[in-house]
Amino acid sequence: MTDRRTTIKLIVAAAAGVPALRAGAAGMLVPGAAVPGELRHYVPLMSGYGPDPNLVKAYEKGAFWPLTLNPQQRQLTTVLADLIIPADEHSPSASAAGAVDFIDEWISAPYPQQRRDRLTVLNGFVWLDGAAQLRARQPFATLEEAQQHALCDRVCDASRAPADLQEPARFFALFRNLTVAAFYTTEAGRKDLHYLGNVPLKHFDGPPVELLRKLGLDQGFPSAGENE
Amino acid sequence: MPFVTASTQRGPYDVIIVGSGAGGGQTAYTLCMEGVRVLLLEAGREYSPAHETPMFQTPDMAPLGGSVTPDKNFGFYDATVDGGWEVPGEPYVTVPDRWGGHFTWWRARMLGGRTNHWGRISLRNGPYDFKPHSRDGLGFDWPITYEDVAPYYDKVEMLVGVYGGDESRENTPAGPGDTLLPPPPPLVSDHLFMQRAPKLGITVLPGRRAVLTRAQDHRTIPGKLHPGNPRAQRILAEAMRNRSACLWATPCGRGCAVGANYQSTTVHLPPALATGNLDIITHAMVYEVTLDKQGRATGVRFVDAATGRHEHASARIVVLGASACETARILLNSKSSLFPNGLANSSGLVGRYILDTVGSSVVGQIPLLESLPPLNENAAGGLQVYAPWWLYQEQLAHKVSFPRGYHIEYGGGKVVPSVYTFQGLEWLTGGSYGRKLKQDARRYYGSFVGFDGRGAMVPNENCYVELDPVVKDRFGIPAPRFHWQWGEYEQRQAAHMQETFGALIEAMGGRLQSPVVTDPVKAISPGGNMIHEVGGAIMGENARSSVTNRWSQTWDVPNLFVADGGVFAYNADKNPTLTIMALAWRMSDHILQRMRRREI
Ligand SMILES: Cc1cc2nc3c(=O)[nH]c(=O)nc-3n(C[C@H](O)[C@H](O)[C@H](O)COP(=O)(O)OP(=O)(O)OC[C@H]3O[C@@H](n4cnc5c(N)ncnc54)[C@H](O)[C@@H]3O)c2cc1C
Ligand code: SF4
Repeated sequence: MTDRRTTIKLIVAAAAGVPALRAGAAGMLVPGAAVPGELRHYVPLMSGYGPDPNLVKAYEKGAFWPLTLNPQQRQLTTVLADLIIPADEHSPSASAAGAVDFIDEWISAPYPQQRRDRLTVLNGFVWLDGAAQLRARQPFATLEEAQQHALCDRVCDASRAPADLQEPARFFALFRNLTVAAFYTTEAGRKDLHYLGNVPLKHFDGPPVELLRKLGLDQGFPSAGENE
Repeated sequence: MPFVTASTQRGPYDVIIVGSGAGGGQTAYTLCMEGVRVLLLEAGREYSPAHETPMFQTPDMAPLGGSVTPDKNFGFYDATVDGGWEVPGEPYVTVPDRWGGHFTWWRARMLGGRTNHWGRISLRNGPYDFKPHSRDGLGFDWPITYEDVAPYYDKVEMLVGVYGGDESRENTPAGPGDTLLPPPPPLVSDHLFMQRAPKLGITVLPGRRAVLTRAQDHRTIPGKLHPGNPRAQRILAEAMRNRSACLWATPCGRGCAVGANYQSTTVHLPPALATGNLDIITHAMVYEVTLDKQGRATGVRFVDAATGRHEHASARIVVLGASACETARILLNSKSSLFPNGLANSSGLVGRYILDTVGSSVVGQIPLLESLPPLNENAAGGLQVYAPWWLYQEQLAHKVSFPRGYHIEYGGGKVVPSVYTFQGLEWLTGGSYGRKLKQDARRYYGSFVGFDGRGAMVPNENCYVELDPVVKDRFGIPAPRFHWQWGEYEQRQAAHMQETFGALIEAMGGRLQSPVVTDPVKAISPGGNMIHEVGGAIMGENARSSVTNRWSQTWDVPNLFVADGGVFAYNADKNPTLTIMALAWRMSDHILQRMRRREI
């Protein structure tokens, strides 16, 4: 509807509980003035890294905003991340590869997506510990591994989880996403996948012919005139 | 001292160029190499690919694993400075279309503009693309033909370095044979596409991107590009020697520290600066073209974004290359008693007929590509192969429900694992975790392929940009207000993309997480999302039906030119940037001729 009339507001500034905004970025807006259309207006958060961070520097976790998980929550994060990515004969566990700091940094970040994820994760922690208390009168982190698995198995696939466990299943899916994101972006994760790139090469030869032949894919580009 | 300020300008200048991206960069290059004194005004900050590119940084060195945030909309390492879908302090307004969709506008505020991070896909328009109206009665013909532009495609390809196959297909031309660099060898997943696509009548060709798959031929190219100009040849040869060949290693969207791909800051500006004829003012936000009593351009007014001071710069000729929509904004904002509706707008067409590219994407998972042995598949950073449009004759015979085509950009392979690589694998793994999840990750890594349709758009009256009557940016310049409405042709084309990609994935023995989107309204990406926005100062045969003539010169103001995508009378499926550069070079040659004849 092209004639819809929307009221301009300083949307970002008006939203409750949003951290301070970077100075000097506010546009010259007339609050309350009516124009047709939606305003696209961006004011970077003070606590974010801003639209022009130094890209060549390597950052420690927590370089831009403080990590916020308490020791119990970090312990729970360690245990759950390692249930999701345990050490095996190929590579270390998620926590050994730094996943706890990654997840802490993620849910401590000031951006809207991360603030939503923070709620999901912290609520999920409450559910996990609550469920563990019900079963065995102790927090999740100190359960036997088999008991931990039994709990996770109920929520590891939202498509199979019962209706009353849909929310914990969403939490588990998010936590798994964060854990694999953490693990496979580290050296340990790349090694596990035998990722070979990111090293300068003199020339690039493409896949070995034997592999293509084995897959039945060794005929190359169709010659000129074919399929025309 | 090539970087100057408002107070240290070293005028008089022959030409002012606004914007340092593909259009502005090419214009600065061509003019400076021929001895023209140029002042380039760029709204963003200075930017150095050699020092600022995170070449080998891995995601774990970045906050949030380098993922997308409101500060960096394409991820931490993307070479976009102070930009993205929104620019701090520079708001815009979008009026929703009939279905609630919104136009989106991607900008960067840095020397070189969006050429620092663009995808580098470089396809030539074909003969049909310049005369679409003659072919099917829709939209507008350009006032020029493929043959007019072909020599400039040749030159741009040689200058910037584009890899690709030298085979021509219907409306998919290649140069005379020596303008392209060798394409990278196809990956395993590319071979599968090449093998199965012909079952659907689709031919796969080597991709074309502005990446140096080998060092440039600095001995012969300078002579071809600058005959009779030994100084320009020397400068260009030196600039080419300073660019290294591709390292086959790093994501091009971060930019390239070794100059192996095209960025204005790597290819156009260094030789232009080396001539001594180019001065650059950064942080210079241009908002108005100034005129003399006869209605000729005298220069531009700009705000120094660092100090907030309003400044003026003058020259014999003004060239706008601020990107299509921003150029329209500057023209509309340049109101005077001579031009009450904005400058060069006697046709009323400034800001009209904004075009983007039709986009629609599908990802598939391919069992044949699971658990492949270790492979280095970084290649040249993208688009080893692609498929040009294949139904031209069927369209002519009205056997297709939309008149203009699309090409398929394809990609797969064992690319560097990112935060997104293994998100939401449940549909394949049944929600595995533990040792099984690690096995699943190994199995599925590199088994996904993506199809991106990029399609032509017929110009329509409902897509335009004007000045918002209320909203202003932080400099006090009226913000642009966008109107957008896809036509039914584009929507049907997007649905066709979805169906085709579904069929291709099936032909490759693959599977889809969810069915393809066959509802035409839902299949298409919102306007502006493909970041190929052009038009708004369209080129045409006469002053009533267009803003610029065949030389990108405005009809109303003889010493005012447009160097960016603003002049596009039509947006074919081919990504626009190579054509922007070819037209900017052609325009610059024309300016040189007219200057030498003292006509402007
Ligand atoms: C992620 C991405 C991928 C892309 N991939 C491809 C691709 O593969 N192939 C392709 O052909 N195209 C691609 N594009 C599009 C391509 O980037 C643009 O077509 C191209 O950069 C346009 O060049 P330009 O000179 O018109 O504008 P820009 O490159 O945007 O440069 C304009 C410059 O002008 C400056 N400016 C703006 N306003 C003012 C003002 N008022 N005063 C002074 N300076 C001003 C800006 O800061 C900027 O530096 C892609 C774009 C993006 C974002
Ligand atoms: S892949 Fe090649 S061209 Fe692209 S950034 Fe890396 S070295 Fe440069």
